[in-house]
Amino acid sequence: MRLQLSPELEAFREEMRTFFTTQVPKEIRDKVAAHRHVSKDEYVEAQRALNAAGLAVPHWPVEWGGRDWSPLQRHIWREEMQLAGVPEPLAFNTSMIGPVIAAFGNQEQKERFLAKTANLDIWWCQGFSEPDAGSDLASLRTTAVRDGDDWVVNGQKTWTTLGQHADWIFCLVRTDPTAEKKQRGISMLVFPMDTPGVTLRPIELIDGGFEVNEVFFEDVRVPAENLIGEENRGWDYAKFLLGNERVGIARVGATKKMLAQAKDYAREITVDGRPLLEDPFMARRIAEVENELVALELTALRVVANSADGKPHPASSVLKLKGSELQQAATELLVDIAGPLSLASFAEEGSDVPDWARVATPHYLNYRKVSIYGGSNEVQRTIIAGTILGL
Amino acid sequence: MDFTFDSEQNDLREAVRGLLERAYSDSETRRKVAANDPGFDEKTWSRLAEMGLLGLPFAEEHGGMGAGPIEVAIVAEEIGRVIAPEPFIEAVVLAGGLIAAVGTDEQKGELLAAIAEGTTVPAFAHAEIGTRWSASAAAVTATQAGDDWTLSGVKEPVPAGARADVLVVSAVIDGGTGLFLVQGDAAGLTRTGYRTHDGTRAANVRFDGTPATLLGTGGDQTAAIERALAEARIAYSHEAIGAMDTALRTTAEYLKTRKQFGVTLNRFQALTFRAADMYVSLELARSAALWASMVLDAGGDVVSAADRARLQTSRAGRHIGKEAIQLHGGIGVTAEYSVGHYTSRLTAIDHLLGDGDFAVARLARTVGDRATIDPLGAPYAV
Repeated sequence: MRLQLSPELEAFREEMRTFFTTQVPKEIRDKVAAHRHVSKDEYVEAQRALNAAGLAVPHWPVEWGGRDWSPLQRHIWREEMQLAGVPEPLAFNTSMIGPVIAAFGNQEQKERFLAKTANLDIWWCQGFSEPDAGSDLASLRTTAVRDGDDWVVNGQKTWTTLGQHADWIFCLVRTDPTAEKKQRGISMLVFPMDTPGVTLRPIELIDGGFEVNEVFFEDVRVPAENLIGEENRGWDYAKFLLGNERVGIARVGATKKMLAQAKDYAREITVDGRPLLEDPFMARRIAEVENELVALELTALRVVANSADGKPHPASSVLKLKGSELQQAATELLVDIAGPLSLASFAEEGSDVPDWARVATPHYLNYRKVSIYGGSNEVQRTIIAGTILGL
Repeated sequence: MDFTFDSEQNDLREAVRGLLERAYSDSETRRKVAANDPGFDEKTWSRLAEMGLLGLPFAEEHGGMGAGPIEVAIVAEEIGRVIAPEPFIEAVVLAGGLIAAVGTDEQKGELLAAIAEGTTVPAFAHAEIGTRWSASAAAVTATQAGDDWTLSGVKEPVPAGARADVLVVSAVIDGGTGLFLVQGDAAGLTRTGYRTHDGTRAANVRFDGTPATLLGTGGDQTAAIERALAEARIAYSHEAIGAMDTALRTTAEYLKTRKQFGVTLNRFQALTFRAADMYVSLELARSAALWASMVLDAGGDVVSAADRARLQTSRAGRHIGKEAIQLHGGIGVTAEYSVGHYTSRLTAIDHLLGDGDFAVARLARTVGDRATIDPLGAPYAV
């Protein structure tokens, strides 16, 4: 048992902090901190800055740009990135399809895709969920039927995040409708979004933003070489990928930053002549969330220290569950601190309401998503009850 | 940063667990022990002494083991797993800790060795009616005549206060709160013990011109008391973790075996989801308690770390304690079944030295001092 980071890790943390706060453009980081929409060009610029320094895909195999870091180093890397407001490397590229291709793709696919995926030369999107296949992903109905050297894809995907920016999609498709277990008849295909027969329809969210889409496939011809791994093994790759998705999903650094903002803003608002931060009820509310966040961070450190063999610790479900709840609690705090100012959500020039108060409610509404994506919190409870408590 | 126990610490845990599981193999044994004064088993107390646990944190030169906070945490957690009624935290961590912190060399030499051997059981007489969880005294006052001191006033409730051979007493002095030693057979000392809801004992302790000896060299000891309370809060947090762990495991086992509507209860998602939430509470609280002991070990801000551990374990203790009973149903409220006793003990722990609301109120006073909290940085790791 030892509390302090080793001198080497302290130096590593300092190196990360310095890089993120000096080498990634401040305008981009300020936008992230202000919870403003980050454009495609800004995502690409930030990820290329990271990739040039070897900081975009440290968790990949070394031969494809990975760094062979310890889980604790990866944790520090991620936390410092979030604290600095750096847009994280696109998850669809770096946490999802990249590791899948590196682990299960053939040599030709690795050479064709991995470097461009790390550098965000290719922007990937995820074709998993369907209108009737959400938490029950294995019941997906999009089909791929072999025709000569091609697969012909028909069906519909939904909740495709940032699909409007995407160059390519990785897609779960049913290739064996007769398989005894529905999980066994699924394969993973990748294809460009401009392939004939692919259409995309944006879905407007309650915050007024557009970040998810429906994607329709009508007789989309995909060359056979675009199958990742083995036919009918797609479910295994999806599970591997979703395990990666859960790592780092606690987002402690991002929530810390929101609490720091909450304290600042609660100083700007006055109640009965005194700063809101000095109101005992508000101060306790912030202290309570902050304490849970400390406990979550420490739990994340315990989990990363015990997942050295590469398999996610079962308690990583705790990180997703509590991490999402605390992200939501922080966004709720910001709305409540803004109070009546939070109504000015869509004010433009001519409004005196500060920017942070304008974005507070859209951000809060948007963040209802975090307890739904990446395996909803009900799925996480099912995992905890089943695999940890044996229920 | 390292969250793993070393092999000696694992051995210690195994040894303590073995001893306590033999002593309290079922909850009936604990009930029988708790039914009679002094509310714990003197034989088990002797065995704890033989294993060196009653002198665990004391220096070797004073008859102790010279162990650190992590070892104390391990023992406290094992006590919580079976909710052993032996007053380890009250006597060793709190009263013994105060003697070790402020006592003269002579007092330490005499008392700590006797505590470690199990021949002297001390208690800290501090709580007073009308105030709560303060580090200072108000209702008991100390009067000096020459080199002699006498105490007057009432302390209550004093955990393990009736059985104690010697009392460490906080009392009002000029310029603050002093600490005194009072022998169990002192003139003008009246003690009325009673059972508490969790099966342990507390006492009304009345001083009426009772002769007392200064602990240490005198002066205001508020800071030493605050620190000792913090260390005990951390130890209680670990006891709570052990108790919550057992309460959750007992509940999960019950859900797997109890049948209603023709199926075991674990077929009902309404119940399994609640058990999953109990696990989340437990693991977050465990992290906070372990961390607080590491802060103590590292010499960081132990008062603040104790408040953080207490807040997290208090909230978790209420959540898990209440749900453990509810998920059992009626059997959970009976005295003959174990789980309700865990809830009772968790409730007692919450109110001994400060509950979650108390801790969060203290943390709230400084919430604006730092933009972010770094549990691996200042003021916790130094």
